[in-house]
Amino acid sequence: MTPSEIESRLERILPRVQKPGRYTGGELNQVVKDWDGVETTVAMAFPDIYDLGMSNLGMMILYDLVNKRADALAERVYSPWLDMEAELREAGIPLYSLETKHAIRDFDILAVSLPYETLYTNTLNLLDLAGIPLFSDERSPDDPLVIAGGHAAFNPEPMAPFIDAFVIGEGEEVMIEIVEVHQAWKKSGEPREGLWHRLAHLWGVYVPALYEAHYHADGTFDRIEKRAEHAQLPIVKRIVSQLPPPVTNFIVPYIDVSHNRIPIEIMRGCTRGCRFCHAGMITRPVRERTVEEVCEAIEKALEATGFEEVGLLSLSSSDYTHVVELVKAVGERFADRVLSISLPSLRIESLSVDLMDALKDQRRSGFTLAPEAATERMREIINKPVSSEQLLETAREIYSRGYTHIKLYFMMGHPSETMEDIDAIIDLCKAVLKVGREQIGGRAKLTAGVSTFVPKPHTPFQWVPCDDLDTIYEKQEHLKRHMRGKGLKLNWNNPKETMLEAALSRGDRRLAEVVYRAWQKGCKFDAWYEGFRYDLWLEAYEEAGLAPDFYTHRPRPLDEVFPWEHLSTTLKKKFLTEDYLWSLAGRTRIDCRNQCFACGILPVFSQLRKDTPGEHWQCPEIKSRRVTVVDGDGTYMPQAVKEHRALLQIE
Amino acid sequence: MRFTGHMDLHRSLERALRRAGLPLAYSQGFTKRPKINLASALPLGVTAEAELADIWLDEAVAPGEALDRIRSAAPPGIRLDEVTEVPEDAPKLQGAIRSSDFTVTLLEPLPDLDERIAGILAAGPLPRVRRDKPYDLRPLILDLKRLDDDETGHQRLLMTLLTQEAATGRADEVVEELGGSPLAIRVHRVRIHLTSQPANQQTSKP
Repeated sequence: MTPSEIESRLERILPRVQKPGRYTGGELNQVVKDWDGVETTVAMAFPDIYDLGMSNLGMMILYDLVNKRADALAERVYSPWLDMEAELREAGIPLYSLETKHAIRDFDILAVSLPYETLYTNTLNLLDLAGIPLFSDERSPDDPLVIAGGHAAFNPEPMAPFIDAFVIGEGEEVMIEIVEVHQAWKKSGEPREGLWHRLAHLWGVYVPALYEAHYHADGTFDRIEKRAEHAQLPIVKRIVSQLPPPVTNFIVPYIDVSHNRIPIEIMRGCTRGCRFCHAGMITRPVRERTVEEVCEAIEKALEATGFEEVGLLSLSSSDYTHVVELVKAVGERFADRVLSISLPSLRIESLSVDLMDALKDQRRSGFTLAPEAATERMREIINKPVSSEQLLETAREIYSRGYTHIKLYFMMGHPSETMEDIDAIIDLCKAVLKVGREQIGGRAKLTAGVSTFVPKPHTPFQWVPCDDLDTIYEKQEHLKRHMRGKGLKLNWNNPKETMLEAALSRGDRRLAEVVYRAWQKGCKFDAWYEGFRYDLWLEAYEEAGLAPDFYTHRPRPLDEVFPWEHLSTTLKKKFLTEDYLWSLAGRTRIDCRNQCFACGILPVFSQLRKDTPGEHWQCPEIKSRRVTVVDGDGTYMPQAVKEHRALLQIE
Repeated sequence: MRFTGHMDLHRSLERALRRAGLPLAYSQGFTKRPKINLASALPLGVTAEAELADIWLDEAVAPGEALDRIRSAAPPGIRLDEVTEVPEDAPKLQGAIRSSDFTVTLLEPLPDLDERIAGILAAGPLPRVRRDKPYDLRPLILDLKRLDDDETGHQRLLMTLLTQEAATGRADEVVEELGGSPLAIRVHRVRIHLTSQPANQQTSKP
């Protein structure tokens, strides 16, 4: 269907749907290029609604990069909400891009952002709405190449049959390489498999069809087998040695969206080593931007967008080396503007008075702190050691400065947790609120967000069983019963959604059948109350002959081979195992900026570290000589990456 | 732009003015917001070419310069036509507005359109219900006439509807009263009439 046909049919249905502004495009700073004037067209998809997808920084980075190339264009697409999907299907309109209303099926590449597991069924739905065959081996050379990346792609096995290629790690460089490989393949006239083989050469690219998974009789994973000589094993994650200049010409939505602001990433990675934290393990090493670079970016972005708020983003903002300097510099430089600066993810112990004062902006009414656990014992187990006294002191500082609201984030379901640990959450929240009352009386408010811990692959807790449904309900009921009173509020997650996430995060390739069947039964928007249907998921498990408990609650022996091990974060399994054992013994690790624990990052990326010396990269400097090799096909790959492959080879 | 709600249009305009680097006056209070008043909320899905807004500045800027700066900063879909300086004690736009002219394009043809129009104009009360509240549509219609069909043969109407607080006529409701589908129309506001034409206007075209 042509763009003008799509547009004229859209005119009839848009007045009938909620928030039609989600589906029209045309915003300031969107990039519209001549469709026929480029060699490669890329559709960038976030498989949830526009309102959420528009704040996805990763997608904006890649959109900007691809559009900077003269021979390529990138356009956006998001999942239509339920009402719009029904209208599109009724009117026979295929999924289209916001910029030029081209059918998604007419693009060369469809790049899907997969930050979390509850977007899997939406991804299938997106392919279906676009008229693209769901299974990669059923696609013709005329169908787009379907690629996916994001944090969930570090265990992509449950999505393996649906995606032609996954990007493991950071996309800034490899996205462009994929475009170039696609161009070369298009000229070659090879069949679709030829494209897979070409992509398999790229550092950080995983083509699941070139591997076969084997299992033991008891259902546990045995090994992954290459089906092509040149397929990489393991597939080492991609990183950039230095963060490229930040994107500044953000698209300015006409309608309100979540995080309607300028996002500037000040730092990538985290040195704290919280054992539950997926992001903290997979985004190493820490790389920082300079204060000057951040200030310049804010300036440019304000001019380009007119936004009233800036978010300075990272996994742990107060660990940014020059955080005080940054906050002061931003405060001084933009003193004459009405502007909100938010600095999320502050640590409890380093939330200094200075920082709070400098941050005091007009919109802020409170602070969010994430102790994650309520007892010191439990915080040692998860390696987020901070004393309760410290937390109360920080709370006192916050309330005493006139902020009325503190949000505390906890997780329940940590290893070895008992009801006493749950009681401790209640006690700690009440103690914090009491501190607030002492400072500002009845105005003091406290919100406790208690989510349920989901063990994640590639972390020291990848062996840990997740709480079962009954236990989660019991703990939640206990919290709801006792977390009451003036000024106190409790938020929690749907336990069944936790179960779904838990199974998919540590799932294997066999779960793809469950995802497929669940989608067929109508599952989509699994992260939404309106969409989530766990009963249908359970039917899908049943039909596929699989049990969710196998993935969620089964204790995994230390020597179990995991279905995601061929995707290497470069963290050694020995390191993760040791860290897990330390946790069981209540032993903590200090911030690894102060002492390197040899997680495995540095030997693999020693050449990159050597090429980019300086304090922006928080791993120690490399003195020894290493040789960078260039592969026969021209792919840049550090020697150590090759060695690491041999090291992790699963026989 | 057509599907940008009133609040969102307001924010889009705020951002355009910030990009333009004008010395905006801000409201005092917990959340400071630029002082901007749009004359009349435009229903979702309706386009327009003569909207009015009051904008307060902390320092005087020559209207011509302000116009240039806002024009170069405006988002796609908003065009600035005119900027005029107004005295601070001038009446507020929102209170001064009386009615609006809309052109309506019918995407599905209505047979006997002229008879239907005549029927409405000759009618006594036209009782309807909007958001569970009964009201009479007839006094909200100040004028209704047929325009020439557009180049693709779609029928077109021009209607003048009352645009006052608690007495605002909607084009889609008039079309429904004519027997047409309120969803198969294009509505475009071509003009806002003020009770007494004040000097203050800054005109934009969403």
